[in-house]
Amino acid sequence: MVGNVTDEAERTAASAAARAAGVSVQAGVRATEPEPAAEPGIAVEMRNISLWYGQKQAVGNVSLDVPRNRVTALIGPSGCGKSTLLRCINRMNDLIDGVRIEGEVMIDGANIYAPNTEPSQVRRHVGMVFQKPNPFPKSIYDNVAFGAKINGYTGNMDDLVEESLTKAALWDEVKHELKKSGLALSGGQQQRLCIARAIAVNPEIVLMDEPCSALDPIATQRIEDLMLELANDYTIVVVTHNMQQAARVSHKTAFMLAEDDLVGRLIEFSDTDEIFLNPQDSRTEEYITGRFG
Amino acid sequence: MAATDMQAGADRGLYVPRLSFRHKKGAAFFAICLAGTLVGVVFLAFLLLDVWRDGAGFLRWEFLQNFPSRFPERAGFQSALWGSLWLIITTALLAFPIGVGAAIYLEEYAPRGFVTKAIQTNISNLAGVPSIVFGILGLQLFVRGTIGIGPSIGGGFGRSIIAGGATMALLILPIVIVAAQESIRAVPPSLREASYGVGATRWQTVWHHVLPQAFPGIMTGTILALSRAIGETAPLIMIGALTFVAFRPESLLDPFTVMPIQIYNWVARPQPEFQDLAATGIIVLLVMLLSMNAIAVLLRQWTGRRYGR
Amino acid sequence: MPREQFQADLDRLQDGLLEMGAMVDRQIERAMAALVERDVALADAVIRDDAEVNRKRFDLDNQVLHLLAQQGPMARDLRVVISVLSMVVDLERMGDHAKGIGAIVQMMSDEPLVKPLVDIPEMATRARSMLNNSLDAFVNGDIEAAYRVGQADDGVDELQDRVYKDLVAIMINDPATVEPCTHLLWVAHNLERIADRTTNIAERVVFAETGEIVEMDLSTY
Repeated sequence: MVGNVTDEAERTAASAAARAAGVSVQAGVRATEPEPAAEPGIAVEMRNISLWYGQKQAVGNVSLDVPRNRVTALIGPSGCGKSTLLRCINRMNDLIDGVRIEGEVMIDGANIYAPNTEPSQVRRHVGMVFQKPNPFPKSIYDNVAFGAKINGYTGNMDDLVEESLTKAALWDEVKHELKKSGLALSGGQQQRLCIARAIAVNPEIVLMDEPCSALDPIATQRIEDLMLELANDYTIVVVTHNMQQAARVSHKTAFMLAEDDLVGRLIEFSDTDEIFLNPQDSRTEEYITGRFG
Repeated sequence: MAATDMQAGADRGLYVPRLSFRHKKGAAFFAICLAGTLVGVVFLAFLLLDVWRDGAGFLRWEFLQNFPSRFPERAGFQSALWGSLWLIITTALLAFPIGVGAAIYLEEYAPRGFVTKAIQTNISNLAGVPSIVFGILGLQLFVRGTIGIGPSIGGGFGRSIIAGGATMALLILPIVIVAAQESIRAVPPSLREASYGVGATRWQTVWHHVLPQAFPGIMTGTILALSRAIGETAPLIMIGALTFVAFRPESLLDPFTVMPIQIYNWVARPQPEFQDLAATGIIVLLVMLLSMNAIAVLLRQWTGRRYGR
Repeated sequence: MPREQFQADLDRLQDGLLEMGAMVDRQIERAMAALVERDVALADAVIRDDAEVNRKRFDLDNQVLHLLAQQGPMARDLRVVISVLSMVVDLERMGDHAKGIGAIVQMMSDEPLVKPLVDIPEMATRARSMLNNSLDAFVNGDIEAAYRVGQADDGVDELQDRVYKDLVAIMINDPATVEPCTHLLWVAHNLERIADRTTNIAERVVFAETGEIVEMDLSTY
C-alpha cells in the first residue's frame, strides 16, 4: 500500500516534469500490462510486527498486507528476518523458547496473537511448506490424511487424499502406490507431498519457506508452476533466496533488510514487476541488481 | 603472485609431499586401532573358553529344573532363573514408563531454564552413583518402608520381588531417561514442525511422530539398561535377596534370589564341583544377556526399516 | 565491487554504444560534406560504410543477448540493457538516413543547386548535436539533458518547415526545378528523421533512469 502511494507520487512528479518540458506522458509501464480482473482482498494484515529472540531483536515494526489469492514473495539477504516474519503468520515461532512478539497479525478480522487463540487452529488455517521436504516417515496416504485425522475431519478420507494429491500435481505419479513410504519419493515429489499434506486440512493461506532450495531445476519448475496454480484457491506467501523465482512466481514482492543494528525491516513492498523493473528504494535496487554491500 | 605460479604449474619446491612417510604413519595408526579392538575380543574369548570348559559338564536340562542343593549333582538353577525373570520384568514395567515419561517431559515440555538444567544434571549424575547406594536406598524405602531415620511410612514390601524390582528400577532409571532423551532429541525438528504445521497439538505431535520415531532408540537403551540390571548383585544382596531359595516365586511379594547371587554363592563354596556349577550358571546368565542384546538389535532394525529409511 | 564481470560487460556495452554513436555522427557529417562539396566519391564511401554501422548494431545486439542470458540484469540494469537494445535500432536507422543522403548526392551528381545551402546544413548541425547530447545524457543519466533533446527537436522541425516552404515557392516559380528541389526536400526529410530518432534515444534515457515511458516526439511528419 505504502509502496503504491510512493509510486503514484513519483509518477505524478515525472508527469509534471514531462509536461513542463512540453511533452506528453504515456501511461506508465505497469498500466500497459493486463491487470488482474478484480482487486484482491487482504488475506493477512500484519500490523507493526516486532520480534525478539531473548534480548535480541530480529524483526522491527513490519506492517504488510498480503493480498488474497495471490503469491506474495519475501526476499532479502540471509538474516534479514524474512523466514522469521513468515513464521509469525502461523505462530510457528511460538515453538522456540524465549521468543517475544509484538504487534498484530489479522486474519479474517481476528488477531491470531490475541489471548485465548489456539495456535494449533491458527496453523490449520495457515498451512506451511518447509525448506527441506519433510514428509512423515509414514505412507503417502497417511502423510496426507494425518492432518485431517487429528483435526477431526469427518468426510471421506480417500476422496480427500485423492483431491489433495491431485491439487499438488502428484496424484498421477503415486495413485498406485499410496501405501509406499513418503520418504521413498524423489525430493521434488516429497515436496509436492508436503504441499498436498498442507492443503489437505483446507487452509486459507499456505506459507512456503524456501520450498525449492533443496530441489533441482526441473523439480523447482514444477513447484513454481504449482504455486501459481494454487494461488487460485489459496493465498501463498513464499520466502525465497532466488530472486528470479520471486520474479517468476509472485504478484507482490516484499524486500526485507537487516542493516547495522541487525534488525530485519521491511524496505519496500510493491507489485513484483515494479520491484524488479523499477524499485523505489536504492537498497532494494542494490540487492536485486546484485550490488549489495 | 601465487596465482601466476599455480597457473604455470611451478610451486617452487614449497610443497614436500613425503608420501611414503605419510602412508607409514597411516599404517601405524591402523595397527594401533586394530590391536585395541583385538584386546577386548581376545580376553572375551579366553573368558568364554574357560567358563565353557568348567561349566559345560553340568549344562543339561536338570540344571535348569533343579533347585539349589547341598549336593552338587542335584543342585540346579531354577529358582535363580525364575527369580531373575520375575525381577527383570518387574524392573522393566516400572522403569520404562517412568523413564520415558520423564524423558518426554524434559525434552518436549519442560521450559529451558535453571530448574530443568538442575534436574538434568542430577539425572546424569545419578547414573554414576555406585549400585550399592541404590541398594541401601531400596532397603529403607521398599523393604522396610521407612525413609531413613524417620518413622515408618507403611509396611514396606519386605525382601520381595517388588522391592527388588523397584530398587533395580531406580538404579537403571537414569540410564533409561538419558537414553530416551537422546532418542527423542535425535528426532529431527523438521518432523515436529511438519506436525505442528498441519495443526497438531503438542500431545498429538509427541504421540504420533516423536515417540514412534524415537521408539527404536528408547527400546535399545532400555534393554541395555536391563541387561545391566540382570547382572547386578550388590543392591540385591543389600536388600536381602536370599541365597538359598528352594521354590519358584509365585507373586510379586515372594522372596527370591537371582542368577548372579546364586553364582556368587556357589563360587564361595569350597567343593570344586560347585565351582563348575558356578561356571554353568555363568553360561546361562551370558546366554540370557546376549539374547537380550540381540532382541535390542532386532527391534532397532525392525522398527527402523518399516518406512524404508 | 560485487559482480565485476557484469559491471565490465555493462561498461563494454556502453562503450560500444558510444562508438556506434560516433560512427553514425561521422556518417552524417560526411554525407553533408558530400552534399555541400558535391563530392560523389565521398557519397559512395558513406553508402559503403553504412554496412559497418549495421555490423556494429548486430555486434551490440549480441552483447545484449549474452548479458541477458548470463547475468540476468534487474531493475536499473535491466532498463539500461533494454534501452541499449532499442537505441542501437535508432542509431542504425540514423545511419540509414545518412546513407540516404549519400544516395541523393549521387542522384544529384552535378545538377546546379536551386538555392544556397543554409537551413539544411543547420538542420544537420542541430541533429548531430542532439545525437551527441542524447548519448551524453544516457551516459550521465541526465534526465534534464534528455528532455532538452526533446525540446530541440521542435527547432529542427521548424527549420524543415522553412526549407519546405522555400523549396515549394521555388518550384512554383520554375517547374523545371522540381527534380533538384525534390532532392533537397528528401535531404531535409532525412535530417528531420535523424533528429526525430535522437528523441527516441532521449526517451530511453528517461526510461533507463526512472522506469517511465515518455513520448517526446510530437512531430507531425
